[in-house]
Amino acid sequence: MDDCKGYFALLSQYLDGDLSVEECTRMEEHLVDCAPCVEFVESLRHAVALCREASGPRTIVPEDARRELREAYRKALEALTKAP
Amino acid sequence: MAPSPDSDTELGRRLLAGDMTAFDRFVDLYRPKIYNYSFVMCGQPDDAEEVAQDTLMQVFTHLGQLREPDRLKAWVFRIAKNACLTKRRKSVFAPVHELSLDELMPTRDGETHRIEIADWRALPEDEALRVELKKELDGSIRRLPEIYRPILLLRDVEGLSTEDTAEILDLSEDVVKTRLHRARLAVRKDLDQYLRAQEKSHG
Repeated sequence: MDDCKGYFALLSQYLDGDLSVEECTRMEEHLVDCAPCVEFVESLRHAVALCREASGPRTIVPEDARRELREAYRKALEALTKAP
Repeated sequence: MAPSPDSDTELGRRLLAGDMTAFDRFVDLYRPKIYNYSFVMCGQPDDAEEVAQDTLMQVFTHLGQLREPDRLKAWVFRIAKNACLTKRRKSVFAPVHELSLDELMPTRDGETHRIEIADWRALPEDEALRVELKKELDGSIRRLPEIYRPILLLRDVEGLSTEDTAEILDLSEDVVKTRLHRARLAVRKDLDQYLRAQEKSHG
């Protein structure tokens, strides 16, 4: 378990492809021999994938809010076309 | 490869060109994103609603400052982060709570030496159960200590790069990586506990 701890700290960087070639090789050599770590990495990978789906409900934009934004957008475009 | 019509770069480019379809697309896509970010950060629906509108008003008022359309998402979230900070009433003076790696490591069964972990290969496919799981996930993200929450939101929920996240939050990339890892581990641990409880109750 102590051996795993060093690898444990690097698992996100491993999943994100942020480890150096040497670190990545060492990690993969460890994973070949360590079933619990493999199981753990897989659970972490799943958890990260679920986060991607967590961006909240697609709320309807209130019409008055949209109108206010459209007005600001129009003004910005006018300023942009006037700018040299 | 040509950017897809829905990519942020393309959306930014069309916004700058005065495309009204892009305007609607942008508002429909980003207002809920910013609402979600500020709701998770501030915890108040009314505040989140105001932050979402204020942010987009600022985006359009300062549209001319968007020099690089491919930076659209990072630029918008930086404005949102600042709008959120000025709005936030609670927990500004809350003590910083750090997550330690030790408390996030799985425990081992004394006899078998196997780690205690749910069967993640069997994630629920049933729609109602997935909704429950998502609720757990949302709750888990909201419970993250303050210094970890925005990092997980920007990196894993919104898919921004480490570099953009670091820039938005005024942190170093190393700090973003370290905190992201701990945030992910904390969320994984919560979901694991939830899944194991489900396994027990369903046999």
